[in-house]
Formats: sequence, structure tokens, C-alpha cells
Amino acid sequence: MDLLYQIFVDPFVQMVQVPDLFVQTLWEGLVSGVLYALIALGFVLIFKASGVFNFAQGIMVVFAALTLIGIYTQLRGWGVRPGDLAAFLALFITVGVMFVLAVGVERLMLRPLVNQPDIILFMATFGLTYFLIGLGELVFGGEPKVMIADDLHLPHGSIDFKILGGLVSLQKIDIAAAVIASIMVATLAVFFQKTRIGRALRAVADSHKAALSVGISLEQIWVIVWFAAGIVALATGIMWGARSNVSFALQIIALKALPVLILGGFTSIPGAIVGGVIIGVGEKLGEFYWGPLLGSGIESWLAYFIALAFLLFRPQGLFGERIIERI
Amino acid sequence: MFYSEAGQFKSTYEADAAVFPLRQDRIGIAVILVLAFVVIPLTGSNFVLSSVMIPILVFSLAAIALNILTGYTGLISLGTAGFMGVGGYACYKLTSVFPGINIVVHIALSGFFAAGVGVLFGLPSLRIKGFYLAVATLAAQFFLSWFFIRVPWIYNYNVSGAIEVPTRTFFGVVITGPNATPMARYYVVLGFVVVMTWLASNLVHGRIGRMWMAVRDMDIAAELIGIRLYPTKLLAFAVSSFYCGVAGALMVFLWLGASEADSFNINQSFLILFMVIIGGLGSLIGSFFGAAFIWGLPIAMRVAPEYLGLTINSATVEHLQFMVVGALIIFFLIVEPHGLARLWQIGKQKLRVWPFPY
Repeated sequence: MDLLYQIFVDPFVQMVQVPDLFVQTLWEGLVSGVLYALIALGFVLIFKASGVFNFAQGIMVVFAALTLIGIYTQLRGWGVRPGDLAAFLALFITVGVMFVLAVGVERLMLRPLVNQPDIILFMATFGLTYFLIGLGELVFGGEPKVMIADDLHLPHGSIDFKILGGLVSLQKIDIAAAVIASIMVATLAVFFQKTRIGRALRAVADSHKAALSVGISLEQIWVIVWFAAGIVALATGIMWGARSNVSFALQIIALKALPVLILGGFTSIPGAIVGGVIIGVGEKLGEFYWGPLLGSGIESWLAYFIALAFLLFRPQGLFGERIIERI
Repeated sequence: MFYSEAGQFKSTYEADAAVFPLRQDRIGIAVILVLAFVVIPLTGSNFVLSSVMIPILVFSLAAIALNILTGYTGLISLGTAGFMGVGGYACYKLTSVFPGINIVVHIALSGFFAAGVGVLFGLPSLRIKGFYLAVATLAAQFFLSWFFIRVPWIYNYNVSGAIEVPTRTFFGVVITGPNATPMARYYVVLGFVVVMTWLASNLVHGRIGRMWMAVRDMDIAAELIGIRLYPTKLLAFAVSSFYCGVAGALMVFLWLGASEADSFNINQSFLILFMVIIGGLGSLIGSFFGAAFIWGLPIAMRVAPEYLGLTINSATVEHLQFMVVGALIIFFLIVEPHGLARLWQIGKQKLRVWPFPY
């Protein structure tokens, strides 16, 4: 009885009694949700256009952030002043590196593996993950690095709101992350719906063969989506790096994008955002209000169970296309 | 010429449907068994036995487990290490509660605990398919990792949070704990692996294996020809987790000797998945190839520069190792998506028709 009370009544009483804490937790959940959503967005882009479940998205985030910092440090070493010039130059070069990566992946990995079963392509991205981990550590070293947030003119500090009889403080960088994520999703949506390339991407997503037969170059499309995913990865890396450090541990956090993806459906960009927010908020609220009952740390698996619960009712995710099976 | 079925006539259906229809194959298996049971223990150093052979055998068993689930039944699992952990911890609990019963019995029994947990996490598999199912197994992986840390009962309220393997004997020979010789441990592991591989071979070549493969190839079609999907999938989860559990128990008791929750983390699951993919999905011998390859490659890369007289510092070697493993995975997938087992088959076929091309 006491346990039931602790599970079903007590947390809600707490939420109502201390609303400012509730809002603060909600906000934190929202922010981490947005960051999960950014990683999930990279997954969705590639899955939509090529049917490849890109496991390497997480390491691409780390790799992009490390490249940015590495190039920045190099530029500063060569005497490029002032700092923000070097930072934006580095940003520019990093985008170039991500493009080279996209071309390389298409040439060396996707093209020889065309027409293989999904699981083989999935495994190939595992190989890519390992390769990038090794390359990243070899070139940039394994120790955590500080993101060059100031030189990129990212805001810092926090805004405090006095509401609900308490204090809610929002980090400016979190607000920036939310804004950037929204801009990115909007841009991608417009890109997919309104441009020629976007239309070609949707055609490829529908059917590779049909797209080929109307003269869409698969190779070109793949380079474009991997490049787009690379840019998304770069943005994610900057945002996440600004909140904590840039380290290879981020790659494990990227696994959190999987339940997000599942929840939203593999093929839906809005789904990635909604899924991210549900997972982020659910996880933080769960950890804060129900975690102590189980001995805390439940954040590590709660996300997967939330996704699982949703999946049992909608096997294709919230926004995914219906799975139709034929014999 | 030497490897051909010429002159071997089959007069019964049993002989024709045998797992190894060729006499040469049977001789080959016998040679491998003699090598494993006699030659390697006699010639191998302690390092070879305890750091090369035992891990490879343990991982082979784990790879067979995952192969049953992913290769034969087509259910992707990323929770292998979690199920192995269940086996390891179950065995530890069993032997501390019932110290009188032989450890070998406990190792076998611990598989059943893992099987129970595996079935539990396999429950969503009827409704959830493909990559979506991978998340269900990830839930298992992360939940179990958390469980191994947060529930002190399973490691007997140890302050360190790790488990230390107690000393246990088998017919008077010490086989676990710090005093066990590598050779004794090797024999126990080898015994388990041989027996369980034989069982798995019988399973996958029989009715149950056919059912699994039908489900893998297309589950709706399988249902239409009268295979009950749910029991079949759950059976695959149960058998696979049983194998995982035994592999986990062997890993803790006969290889590592001590263990903490981190031994069963997500990277371990990925490692076993690599072994299965590189070795070949849906192939038992592939599981051995994959385990030997993935475990042997880093060792070879550590040893090779010394032979060549190069001095590379260990950090660089480790990074290069990651890169090489990654690149090799992609390379193998491109060259032969069906893994080393397929290469093995191609080689055998070539040998069979030699000296003619076909």
C-alpha cells in the first residue's frame, strides 16, 4: 500500500506542491530531448534517403566536434587572430571535412554494398563507427576537449524567472540549442518539400529502382544526405560540446537517439523532434520523481522502456509510415 | 582429388542427410578435436591457453548464441552481454548458496536463469520487428547493466561491487578460482563448448532449426505454412539466452576469475555481433571463425610490430587497431557479405572439383 502510494500519488503531490522544481525538471528534459532529437535527425535523414540505419551518426557528432576544435587550435597556432575569425574559418573547413567524409563513405562503402540486405549495411556503419573512433583518437587524442563556445559567439550564462513562487533558471546555451534545432528542422522540411533535390530525395526514399528509372542519380543523392547528416552532426556536436565537454563518451549518449527514433518512427523528421522531447522529458521526470524509489540511475534504461511501451501500441512508431507486409 | 565424394555411396537416408556427409569432413572434425584436446594443451604456453584459447572458446559460444537468434531466426539482438551477465551472476549466486553442488552443474543451470530473462525480453518480439526489436534488446542490455550495479544482493553485498570467483573443484581438480591451472580451465571450457556446439548443430539441422529459418526468411509465410510464430520466436530467445548464460558463466568463472558489471557492457554486445557478422550469419562454424578473428586480430596487431622490429607506442597501436577492425569489417562485408563461413565453403567447393575449375 505504502509502495503504491509512493508510486502513484506522492510524485504528483510533489509536482503540485513545488511547481517551480517541476518546471525546472521539465525544462531540463525538454533541452536534453532537443539534443537527442538532433542526433535522431541525422539518423532519419540517412534512413529516409537510403534505407541505411546509420549507426555511425553518434561518432560523426564526436568526430565533427573534434575536427572543429582541432582545426581551430591549429589555426590559432599558426597565428590567425582574432579568435572568432579562426573559429568561423575552422567551422567552414569542418563543413568541408564533413563533405569529404560523405563522398568517401559513398565511394568506399555504400557503392560497393549496393543492393545488399539492410543488416549488412547496418553492420557496415558499425565498421565506419570503429574506423572513425580510431581515426579521431589517432589524430586528435582521446582526452576530453572544451568546445570553443565563446569564439563561436554562443551565449552563456542563465536567465532566471521568478514564477510560481520560486525560481526557474534557464541556461542561454540551452535556449540557443532549441532555437538552432527548430531552425534546422524547418530548413530541412522546406528543403524536402520545396526543392528539386528534396523531391529527388523523397523519390529515392520511396523506391530506389523507380528513382533510378526516372534519372535520379543515387550516388549524388547519397552524398547529399550523408553531407546533410554530417552538418546536423556538426551542429549537434557544437551544442552538446558547449553544454559539457567533447569526448568519446558522447558516442554512448548517442545510443539514446535510438529510442527517440523508434518512438518517432524511422522515416519522420517531425517524429524525431516529438520523440526526442517525449524521451527527454519522460526520462528526466522519471529520474527525478520515481528514480529514488528504485535507487536512482534509472535514466540509463528508462528511455528504452518508454519507447518499448509506445511500440507495443504502434509498432511503426508515432509518425512512421505504416508497415505493410505482403507475401 | 583428395577431397571428393567419389566412391562414397550412401545406402540410407540417414547417411545422406548427415551433417558431415563426406568421410573427409568427418576426418577433419576428428583432427580438429584431437588438436583441441591434445595438441594445444600440450604445446600451448599458459599465455596461449588463458589469453587466447579460453577467450576464443567463450566468445565462440556467445557467438553461437547470438547466431541462433540473429542468424537463424532473424531477430536482431544487442543485449547479448546483458544475458551473459545474467548467467555469470546467476552462477555466482548459485555456487555461494549451494557450495556443495558441483560448479559444472551450476554453470549449466545458470543458463536457465538467462533463458528466463531472455524470454521475458523476447516477449515484445511478436509485435515488434526488425530494427525496432533491436531497441527492445537494448532495453534489456541497459536495464541489466544497471541491475548488476544497483542490486547489491546479486554480488553478496560486496563492498567493491565486483564478484570474486571462489575456488571449486571438479573430481578433485581445482578448476575455478586463483589456484586453477590454465590447462584445467581450458579443458572445462572446451568440454562445454564441444557439447553445446554438438547440441546446437542438432537443433539447427532439425525440425526446430527449419522452423527458425522459415521465420527468418519471412515470418508471415512461415505462419501460413503452419509454424506458430510466437512459440518459435520465444524458443529462439530461450535457447539463445541459455547459450549466452553459459558463456557468461564460463567467462566469469573460468576466464576472468573476477567480474564487475562493466564486463557486461554494451561494447561487449557489439563485439559479439561483429563476430557473428564477420563469421557468417546462420553458420555455426562461422561463429568460431568470427570469434577467432575478432579476438585474434588485436593480439596479432600487438605482437606483429615486435616481430617486424618496429616500435610503436601502445596508444597508437590501440587506435590503429580500432581503425583496422573498422576497415576490415567494411572490407569483409564488401568482399563477402556472408562472412568467413562462406569463404570456407567456397574453398571447400574449389577443393572438391580441383584440378578442374568447376
